Amino acid sequence: MSAVPVDFDPMLRRAMRAADIRPPPRAAEPLPAPSDWSFELIERYHERIKATAERFGLDTYPNQLEIITAEQMMDAYASVGMPVNYRHWSYGKEFISTEKNYRRGHMGLAYEIVINSNPCISYLMEENTMGMQALVIAHAAYGHNSFFKGNYLFRMWTDASSIIDYLVYAKNYVADCEERHGLDAVEALLDSCHALMNHGVDRYRRPSRKSLAQELADRKDREAYAQRQVNDMWRTLPAKPEKAAEESSARRFPEEPQENLLYFIEKNAPLLEPWQREVVRIVRKVAQYFYPQRQTQVMNEGWATFWHHHLLNTMYDDGHLTDGLMIEWLKSHTNVVYQPRVGDRGYSGINPYALGFAMYTDIKRICQNPTDEDRHWFPNIAGSDWLETLDHAMRNFKDESFIGQYLSPNLMREFRLFAIVDDEKQSELEVSAIHDEQGYRRVREALSHQYDLGSREPNIQVWNVNLRGDRSLTLRHSQHDDRPLHDGAQEVLKHVARLWGFGVQLESVNGAGDVTKRWSVPAPPP
Amino acid sequence: MFQQIIDRRLAGKNKSIGNRERFLRRHKDQIREAVKRAVDGRGIRDMAQGEDIHIPRRDIAEPIFGHGQGGKREMVHPGNQDYVRGDRIERPKGGGGGGGGSQASDSGEGDDDFVFHLSKEEFMQVFFDDLALPNLARTTLAETPEFKTHRAGYSSDGTPNNLHVVRSMRGAIGRRIALGSDARRELLALEERLIELQTAAGDQTEAIAEVEAAIAVLRARIGRIPYLDPIDLRYRSRVRVPVPTAKAVMFCLMDVSGSMDEARKDLAKRFFILLYLFLTRHYERIDIVFIRHHTQAQEVDEQNFFHSTETGGTVVSSALVLMEEIARARYPTSEWNIYGAQASDGDNWHHDSGRCRELLANNILPLCRYFAYVQVAEEEQNLWDEYSALSAESKAFAIRKVTEASQIYPVFRELFKKEGAAA
Repeated sequence: MSAVPVDFDPMLRRAMRAADIRPPPRAAEPLPAPSDWSFELIERYHERIKATAERFGLDTYPNQLEIITAEQMMDAYASVGMPVNYRHWSYGKEFISTEKNYRRGHMGLAYEIVINSNPCISYLMEENTMGMQALVIAHAAYGHNSFFKGNYLFRMWTDASSIIDYLVYAKNYVADCEERHGLDAVEALLDSCHALMNHGVDRYRRPSRKSLAQELADRKDREAYAQRQVNDMWRTLPAKPEKAAEESSARRFPEEPQENLLYFIEKNAPLLEPWQREVVRIVRKVAQYFYPQRQTQVMNEGWATFWHHHLLNTMYDDGHLTDGLMIEWLKSHTNVVYQPRVGDRGYSGINPYALGFAMYTDIKRICQNPTDEDRHWFPNIAGSDWLETLDHAMRNFKDESFIGQYLSPNLMREFRLFAIVDDEKQSELEVSAIHDEQGYRRVREALSHQYDLGSREPNIQVWNVNLRGDRSLTLRHSQHDDRPLHDGAQEVLKHVARLWGFGVQLESVNGAGDVTKRWSVPAPPP
Repeated sequence: MFQQIIDRRLAGKNKSIGNRERFLRRHKDQIREAVKRAVDGRGIRDMAQGEDIHIPRRDIAEPIFGHGQGGKREMVHPGNQDYVRGDRIERPKGGGGGGGGSQASDSGEGDDDFVFHLSKEEFMQVFFDDLALPNLARTTLAETPEFKTHRAGYSSDGTPNNLHVVRSMRGAIGRRIALGSDARRELLALEERLIELQTAAGDQTEAIAEVEAAIAVLRARIGRIPYLDPIDLRYRSRVRVPVPTAKAVMFCLMDVSGSMDEARKDLAKRFFILLYLFLTRHYERIDIVFIRHHTQAQEVDEQNFFHSTETGGTVVSSALVLMEEIARARYPTSEWNIYGAQASDGDNWHHDSGRCRELLANNILPLCRYFAYVQVAEEEQNLWDEYSALSAESKAFAIRKVTEASQIYPVFRELFKKEGAAA
């Protein structure tokens, strides 16, 4: 147990209580607010924001602010926001389409990108005005940063201190492979891995933490060992006939279905060479790194938005910010948290910034000014210290459970949320619940469910490998509410077959346990 | 806590260039096809530009497992206006998303092409892919073989033979003045004080001795300032500037007689433009000489070359004579690589064709690196016959027939195949 990091100590991570905070004396004069930023000004604003954040006890990784140009921002977009990544054509595609949209004015670039690393890197775009830089610093360097450091999913699944090192290693390794085995071979392999990226994560098992040095040291052993294991499993020495028959019926492989397809392939695919296994592993690791982000969109963006709003407002109250600067960032803020209604032009689902921001704000309200309804729905938090409650909410939930726990009737009314059931057996859609007394629980449950990755992404598992026969791999899709797979499945299967080296089948199984559809891809030509 | 702001703006733009290259590489067949189409269809003036490439969505899709339509699902939406529980709504067309716009855009199954812009350089890269002029090895290999030394001011570093004495001494004087000025000022003051003491009444021997000692120290210090220090030395700086020998002149010869209609001229135009673009890849400086002819030849500017109309008979040799005159007068072969490009409909005064061949064989081809002739008409006349005979003999002479725009590109590939790949 000695390996438990120190900051798991409950005493140390006890949140600051709002009641303990004493506001400092009002500043004599506000910080200068020209529209152009300068390094000196950023420094001064940052100091002030930092002091304010510390007053509220935001626990962050050290910050590293980097000024970049719009082109560099597009570069960062293209490599999924990371400062360094291995090369692949799909990132080139991403870059080209981002660049095109940006040049034609179809989209603005994000004001910031923040990287979950230690130190936490925030990109500030050179085009931003001083007010925007202040907003970005409060949002990214304190909001997101504290979320990365505090939320349990990130603590469990990502190792902020080693990610950059690992990506550098990954980039070099892939480049090395390209040199040794040719661009085409590596590209094809990465294509196949990317197709399974969403199914290359451990959802429940916690990974061991390893430093890069360990990773490197382990790699050699792993290559040798893995190959031996694989060879062992596929041993083709003739066994005694009657025993073989007995074994094949008795032994099933894998013994239990496996959810992590890439892991299974890395460890068991019979024909992969050691370098290919390592590339599969790299893609898997990167997928795992991004897994928490996909599950905490509302919480993460909401938290950062809540805090930039709160920090900058507090600074204004303390007399540090001018009116002009406030108007400037508030304009961006309101754009970011705008929620179009269903049927409006530009409606594309629920805006995670809007929902997250509203929820944290609402929790704070419940703590400070609870109504009878709030006391009834949230007896534990109504009237409690808001800072502690918010801290707890940020640390211990993901989107699904966060909404399930904290979405209040008040907010459902405010957003005028309603649920629609779309059942293919019915000719019409049905409004199943709205924001009224009978509907609150149902709406909340439905929304919470909507953010469950398990229901958003098809549940596909490794079902069986025909060990004694044609070595084919069978995957099984367990339908969720009878929702079928879309037609891309056949294409993905080709990729699976390329990795596996033999034929691959996919069965789609409905709630009753009947196979409703099958796909099959023959073994790829050697 | 240590905090920092890092200015990354100067570092690493174009980090994605490697990714972009991989993208282009993956779709090179489509791009090549698109470039070919562009070269066929484009106006001449637009040739040296980028091109929008369309790639069908399905070719760049990255498949992943996802949910399709159907089954049962419950979606929550904001902004309810007048629905109550149990209301039934007609299924929106084009998707069972219950009004969910995100569903439609996520799937990315739209039929729109993925369009992106190929830059001018990339366009040309594809266009000229694996083309190279014959007999070019020498010039290409020694792209900048000659250097010329130029004076370029002075430097503090150099060889003794380049030492500039006057400059060095001037620097030394300045340094000596600057370094000794404090000491000299003090010395002067002390000397005055010495005189004062010596003339003063009373016993000053002790004070005098003290001042004299100080004076001695200062004199010694001044004396120790070096007369010439290594930092004073200045050398004449000479830099080696590459002299681009890769200069080329391209002679465009075109028949503008009555039989050359617009369509034929257009073909000829493309032919010249392509050759020009090709030369720009290999030479730093390219001159173009436009010679048009009917019965007489005339050197004109580009505008007149392509756009003025003339009528009359045709004497091809007149153009060749003029070309030789100009080449001998203005473009000595020691400095210039001479290329000739001739376009005609093959029509010629029949007594002239033999003379053309002689001119080419004896006078012009020895001057030229390459001479290409394109006939923009099908029928073979005596000029074609004479030229065919010549092309069989000479490697630096090539002829082709072209009757439509789409044939020009393949013609070029054949004209300028890489050496070794059978011309």
